[in-house]
Amino acid sequence: MRTEIAGPGHSSRAQRTFSLTGRLLDALHIDGPLLLSVLAVCAVGLIVLYSAAGEDVRIFLGQAARVGLGLGVLTIVAQIPPRVMRIGAPFLYGVGLLLLIGVAVVGDVAMGAQRWLDLGFIRFQPSEIMKIAVPLCCAWYLHERPLPPDFTTLVIVALIVLVPTLLIAEQPDLGTALLVTAGGGLVILLAGLQLRYILGLGAVIAAAIPVVWKFLLHDYQRQRVLTFLNPQNDPLGAGYHTIQSQIAIGSGGIFGKGFMNGSQAQLEFLPERSTDFIFAVIGEEWGLVGCIVLMALYLLVIGRGLYIATQAQDTFTRLTAGSLTLLFSVYAFVNSGMVAGLLPVVGVPLPLVSYGGTSLVTLMAGFGILMAVHSRRKLVST
Amino acid sequence: MARNSRLKDHHAEQRMFGRRVVAASFVIMVLLGALFARLFYLQVVRYDYFSELSQGNRIRIEPIPPPRGLLLDREGEPLALNRPAYQLELTREQTPDVDDTLGRLVALGLLPADDVARTRRAIMARRAFDAVPVRLQLSEEELARFAVHRPDFPGVEIRPRLTRLYPHGGVGVHALGYVAAISEQDQDRIDVSKYAGTTLIGKLGIERNYEELLHGETGYQQLLVNAQGRRVDRVGVKAPELQRKEPVAGDDLYLTIDHKLQQVAEAALGVQRAAVVAIDPRNGDVLAFVSTPTFDPNGFARGLTVPEYRALEENIDKPLIDRALRGVYPPGSTIKPFVALAALQYGVMSAEDTRYCRGVWQFPGSSRKYRDWKKQGHGTVDMHKAIAQSCDTYFYGVSDQIGIDRLHDFLVQFGLNGKTGIDVLGERSGLVPSQAWKKKAFKKKELQVWFPGETVIAGIGQGYMLVTPLQLAHATATLAMRGKGFQPRLVRAVRDSRTGAVATLPPRPLPDVKVDDPRYWDTIVGGMIGVVSPGGTAVRVQAGAPYKIAGKTGTAQVFSIGQNEKYNESQVSERLRDHALFIAFAPVDDPKIAIAVLVENGRHGGSTAGPIARAVFDAYLLPREAVQASSPAIPPAAPPAGGIDE
Repeated sequence: MRTEIAGPGHSSRAQRTFSLTGRLLDALHIDGPLLLSVLAVCAVGLIVLYSAAGEDVRIFLGQAARVGLGLGVLTIVAQIPPRVMRIGAPFLYGVGLLLLIGVAVVGDVAMGAQRWLDLGFIRFQPSEIMKIAVPLCCAWYLHERPLPPDFTTLVIVALIVLVPTLLIAEQPDLGTALLVTAGGGLVILLAGLQLRYILGLGAVIAAAIPVVWKFLLHDYQRQRVLTFLNPQNDPLGAGYHTIQSQIAIGSGGIFGKGFMNGSQAQLEFLPERSTDFIFAVIGEEWGLVGCIVLMALYLLVIGRGLYIATQAQDTFTRLTAGSLTLLFSVYAFVNSGMVAGLLPVVGVPLPLVSYGGTSLVTLMAGFGILMAVHSRRKLVST
Repeated sequence: MARNSRLKDHHAEQRMFGRRVVAASFVIMVLLGALFARLFYLQVVRYDYFSELSQGNRIRIEPIPPPRGLLLDREGEPLALNRPAYQLELTREQTPDVDDTLGRLVALGLLPADDVARTRRAIMARRAFDAVPVRLQLSEEELARFAVHRPDFPGVEIRPRLTRLYPHGGVGVHALGYVAAISEQDQDRIDVSKYAGTTLIGKLGIERNYEELLHGETGYQQLLVNAQGRRVDRVGVKAPELQRKEPVAGDDLYLTIDHKLQQVAEAALGVQRAAVVAIDPRNGDVLAFVSTPTFDPNGFARGLTVPEYRALEENIDKPLIDRALRGVYPPGSTIKPFVALAALQYGVMSAEDTRYCRGVWQFPGSSRKYRDWKKQGHGTVDMHKAIAQSCDTYFYGVSDQIGIDRLHDFLVQFGLNGKTGIDVLGERSGLVPSQAWKKKAFKKKELQVWFPGETVIAGIGQGYMLVTPLQLAHATATLAMRGKGFQPRLVRAVRDSRTGAVATLPPRPLPDVKVDDPRYWDTIVGGMIGVVSPGGTAVRVQAGAPYKIAGKTGTAQVFSIGQNEKYNESQVSERLRDHALFIAFAPVDDPKIAIAVLVENGRHGGSTAGPIARAVFDAYLLPREAVQASSPAIPPAAPPAGGIDE
């Protein structure tokens, strides 16, 4: 199949190179197409970041190093047999839960929220572990049980999802809480949750919204939702981001203003332009075309991920691969939707593109799991 | 086949999983479609609009700060106003090099060199797109100087803003407080976006406490600016529509302060270090709230230079300290009416019981002598005479019989322990000691023991007992109302700036002080009338007044003088003299005003503090034109010879 790519004349040499690369990737349990599409998104991210960060070489190199670190993590995770992942899932979940409780008790307060745990040599967000641990743990629990899940099973899985979600929402980190819920929810949906439950849950959520609004949300979170509904309400505060990012995107037009030419971004009208709002820089400097290219690359990643999921041979790997892939697409859509003014502002970075290491490493670990699943599918007995 | 037995059916599961993945793919495509539609709308349909906003004429959202609410006295006399002034503002994101810019402003003489570090911190603490004031009130000459050099200062602009004006200068400054530029620390207590464009924030007093009401709501306008961020009228054909939202002014506050009374009290105090608090006992309204020396709050709104501030802070008379709210003093003999009431209530003494005062008091079998202020003694004293002449030995014995814990429990009801809860921040707690308190207050075991001698001196307001002038005035007001107390307050009504409606705030009643027999009150008040009657310690206070006064003098020791030491007239020893206190209310039958006066190092309550109370009473109770005639002269520097005092 790979030989078709090479043209006539060069066939023998190209063939050898390809088969060598192929064998190496196989030996490392790496899936070539997924790796390529992930790297393509990372490359786009680095280029945009260089411009968004005002040509700061240090930031660029720092992020490049993080991509390298992410690839390392991906490779390591890919070596773990899925069977081991399944057995380890509840332990990973338990450790994550303990760390979350640890953060609630002794965590550092940064930017008004208590999210970080300082281990002396490294500071990290335990909530990040949960983005992977929750889907894994749900898939582990459902693995042995007949699907679609019955009511008792559903209640237990819901608990697995809700306990860490509430801990994270209390920190408060609405964006991550949302992603963790989505991760668990996607597992349940993929496990074949019956339509009546989906409809019933929809009704419950609709009924819960006023309660959540009144009692659970912090003031600033409520403000964000209100401002999303009408950014002009608070143009100097919460609405400022949305207004500026829409001006940036809109003024990019079809082909954009060109690399490093975005006036909104370069003149610092656009806040958080290298982190959560980097999508607006793409829209401004590369236009609608640039956005479509990025969306297409994301689609490649998602498509390959879903393909891997359908090829998986047992319940655990299927659910894990499927939910992690779909979680990635939720990530991408929530961020771009927020920057484009379709969704309220929540702290979700643009996957593989936004500046910052934590979410990048988590995502790479997720892709590592996908690859581990795919490369060992023949070894699993049915 | 396995459906009912609920075994795992791997093939069915795989098929279902496939269907779910297809459904999920469909959802993803729909969402992507929505995102694409949104991007298409922004980047193609509305391209011209957003392009116009971002290019050529860039749009800036500029905040319009609201006019700050006014402070008015109880009659509507303005005490804090707004006045237009020009200020220099810097916007970080439009300034290529902040340090260089500040340096050049110093070179131009527009920014004192001492202020650079502070200004820089203030700029860095605000958001990059906020305009931060660098200088608050520019003179005409400074305006012109900057105008010449304006092109050299991108990001720096002159803006007309409203600034605070206190038309009466330092009068009432300790009640009003003041506003000053928003500092780094202030950032933490405000919602930064609501203060966009606002320069001044309440730092102290009412200005601070009612900041939320006074501030109002910030408005905004969209402006067209050129690439340097300077405002331009319109360039290009397609001008985007500009939005504007008017600010909402802050609410005006009607204070309980009577400005005339405040002035009279401050004038009566002159240059002394002193505090006067006058309260309407019927509702807790604070009519006068004086701490002298005062200072001019206008300097803070203008922006004090570092040396100016240092001079104020290092002034030996400590004008910045609010003595009425934060000064704690021993109450001295002003506590005696309250102790006497406790004695009646606990049945320790009746009004008619007498004691013989020979000038000293001793525990049975002890040689330690507790002296009376009158060396030769007061002779036979009943409760009336004990209060009127402030007999110390009577109260030594009474408080010993009551016991410190019962005394504590009774006095606490008058708000003498802890805080009154007045509506300004920073009130200091008073202290009425008890055995439990001493256990907590001292770490060392041997210091935790309560000694009977400490109970004895508590009866004349010495020892551990401490009050603020505000607490003393509040306790006096409660006494005047025979137990019915109100929480003291400085604001009595709020005028909504939108509707103009004035909402009067209801008085906040406190739990009543209850005694078994209402005639107890008559006994105490009778004794206090005796204080200002012939034979009392402050007879001159009542002299010539057409209304009836009840009062009590007090002297608080600052420092124990050793056996062989003497006063000398040097500056330092003047500050070691006793504090003079006086509490009073009037008219006795229908109390309208209660007062506490404290003069630091004023020596004698009756002669130094008493006349000040009288001047305030006259100003409040007499028709305004009659005041001059009836008021006794402001006390001379030295107490008059022969005046009866403690």
